Amino acid sequence: MSAIAKDTQVPDAARNAASARSTTTGTRGRRRRPRPRRWLYVVLTLGLVAMVMPFVWMILGSFKTTAEIRQYPTNFWPIEPTVENYAQLFGRLDFATFFTNSIIVAVFVTLGNIVFSSMVGYALAKLEFRGKKLLFVLVLGTLMVPGVVTFVPLFVLTANLGLVNSYPGLILPFLITPLGVFLMRQFMLSLPDDIIEAARIDGAGEWRTFLSVIMPLCGPAVATLTILTFLGSWNNFLWPLVVATSEDKYTLPVALALYSVGQNAAQYGLMMAGAVVVVVPVLLIFVVLQRYFVQGIALTGIK
Amino acid sequence: MVALAPQAPARPRASRRSRHATLVAWGFAAPFLILFLVFMAGPIVASLMMSFTDLTTRDLQTPFNVNFVGLENYAELFVDPRFVRSLLNTAVFVIVGVPLTMALALAVALALNTGIAKFRTVFRVGYYAPVVTSIVAIAIVWRFILQPDGLLNAFLGWFGIAGPDWLQSTTWALPSLILMAVWRNIGTLMVIFLAGLQGVPKEHHEAAMVDGANAFQRFGNITIPAMRPTLLFAAVITGIGFLQFFEEPFVMTRGGPLDATLSAAMYTFNQFGFGNYSYASAASYVLFLAIVALSLIQFRLLGKKD
Repeated sequence: MSAIAKDTQVPDAARNAASARSTTTGTRGRRRRPRPRRWLYVVLTLGLVAMVMPFVWMILGSFKTTAEIRQYPTNFWPIEPTVENYAQLFGRLDFATFFTNSIIVAVFVTLGNIVFSSMVGYALAKLEFRGKKLLFVLVLGTLMVPGVVTFVPLFVLTANLGLVNSYPGLILPFLITPLGVFLMRQFMLSLPDDIIEAARIDGAGEWRTFLSVIMPLCGPAVATLTILTFLGSWNNFLWPLVVATSEDKYTLPVALALYSVGQNAAQYGLMMAGAVVVVVPVLLIFVVLQRYFVQGIALTGIK
Repeated sequence: MVALAPQAPARPRASRRSRHATLVAWGFAAPFLILFLVFMAGPIVASLMMSFTDLTTRDLQTPFNVNFVGLENYAELFVDPRFVRSLLNTAVFVIVGVPLTMALALAVALALNTGIAKFRTVFRVGYYAPVVTSIVAIAIVWRFILQPDGLLNAFLGWFGIAGPDWLQSTTWALPSLILMAVWRNIGTLMVIFLAGLQGVPKEHHEAAMVDGANAFQRFGNITIPAMRPTLLFAAVITGIGFLQFFEEPFVMTRGGPLDATLSAAMYTFNQFGFGNYSYASAASYVLFLAIVALSLIQFRLLGKKD
C-alpha cells in the first residue's frame, strides 16, 4: 500500500482537516514500518511450518519402518530409509487397482461435468426461453444440499438399478453438479453477445455457435471446472464408501479408510505411504496449476 | 459471491421463433436436467418421503411392505441419547470451529494483503495446500501426529508439557478434530478474504489514516464493514461444511471415545449401515434443517443491518 502518495484521492474535507498532521507524524509513522513487517514474516513462517508439517511428516513417515516410527522419541529423518511400505502397498495390497479406479471415476465425472455444465450453462447465459428462471432457481437451490441428505435414497435407487459395486454406480450421480453449471454460466455471461450475433448472421445454428464460437472461448472456465471436479471426485469419500462393496471397485480414499482400521492399522509406515499416494499427486497438480484454483474461487465464490 | 443475472428482458409474445428458441434451449438443458432430476432433485424429495415411512434394508425387494409412520422416526430420534449427543458434538464443532477458522484466515489474509511484500505466493500456496487434499488421507496422518508418542506431544515435550492421548481422551478428542478441521479449512477462507480485501476502498483507509485512526480502529471501522458480505459468505459455506463433518471421526476416532466425537452425519451413516433406511433419512433431514437454520441465522446476524 503506497500510503500517502495517493493524497489526491483523499476527500477534501479529510485532507484539510489533517493536512498538518499528515506531513509530520503521518509520513514518519506510516511510510515504512520495518519492524512490524519483520515479525509478520516470522509469524507467517511459523504458521506456514505448522501448515505443511503434516505433509512433511507423512512423506518422511512413508519411508520409515514400523519399528522406527514406534520409537520414542521419534526420529525426524528416517535413519534407514526404506521403500518397503510402497512395495507392500502395490504388492500385498492392491493400490494399483484403487489408483486406477480413482482415475477412471474422476475422468468420467470430469468429462460429464464439462459437457453437461457447458451445455446448460450456455442456455442459461445466452439463450432466452420459457422456464429459464425456474431452471436457474433449481440449480441454485441445490447448490448447497449436503451429500448426506441424498445418499440413502440414492443408494436405494442404485440398488434397484442393479448398479451397486459398479463403475456406473460410482460415476452416474456425479456426472452433473450444480456448482459446475453455475461456474460455466457465470463465465459465459462475461462473453460479449456480439460474437453470437455475428455467428448467427453468418448462418450458424445454435449448436454450431455453441461448439465453434462459444466453447473455444471458454478455456479458462473449462480448466477451472476440470480441476475442481477432478479434485472433488478424487477426494470423494461418502458415496464410494457406500457403493463400492468389493475391493476391485474401491477408490483410493475408501481403501485407505478401510485399511486404516483393520489389521494394517498399526503399520504406520504403510498407512503414511497410502496417504502419500492419495495426497501427493494432488499437491503437485495444485502447485503447478494454482492460479486456476484461485480463479475457481473468484468465479464461483466456492472452493 | 452469488450474483443473479439481471432479469431477461420481457419477451415478445410467443411466436414460432421464440417457441423454436425455447425448444433449442431445453435441448441444451435436457441431459443435465434428466440427470439432475434422477440423481439430485429426486433423492432430495425421496429422502423426505422415506423419513415418514418404516423402510429398512429388507423392504428393498418388497416395496409394498413399507408403511407410512408419520413423524415416528423423528420422535424416536430425539429420545435417542446417541443422536442428541451427536447433535451436541456437531454444534460444538461448528460453534468453535467456524469462528476460529474465520479469525485465523482473516489474520493470514490481512497479513498477506498489507503486511508483507515478498514470498506472498509461497505463503498463499502453503496455507491453501491442505484444502486440496483428501480428508481421509490427511486424517490418517493426523491420527499418527496425535498419538500419545506422536509428533505433537514430542513438540510439546520441548516445552516440558506432557500432552494427553488426544484421540482417546473424552476431553481432548473433539478439540483435536476441530484443530484438524481448522487447519484444513484456513486456506479456503484465506483466498476468499484476500479477494474481499481487494474490495475495501483504499481511499477510506487513507482518509482515516490522515485523521489519525490507528490500525485497529481502521480494521474495526473500515475493513470489517466493507467485508461484511464476504464474512457472511465465508460463515455460511464454512458452517455448511462443518455441520456435515464425517470423514474426521470416521477415520480418526470411529466416533469415540464414548461417542465424544460422534457427529450427526456419522450417526446417519451408522443407521444406514444397520439397514434402518427411513430412520437414517429422518436423521439426515434433521441435519439438513439445521444447515438451513444456521444459514438463516447467519444472514440475520451478519447480513445488512437495517
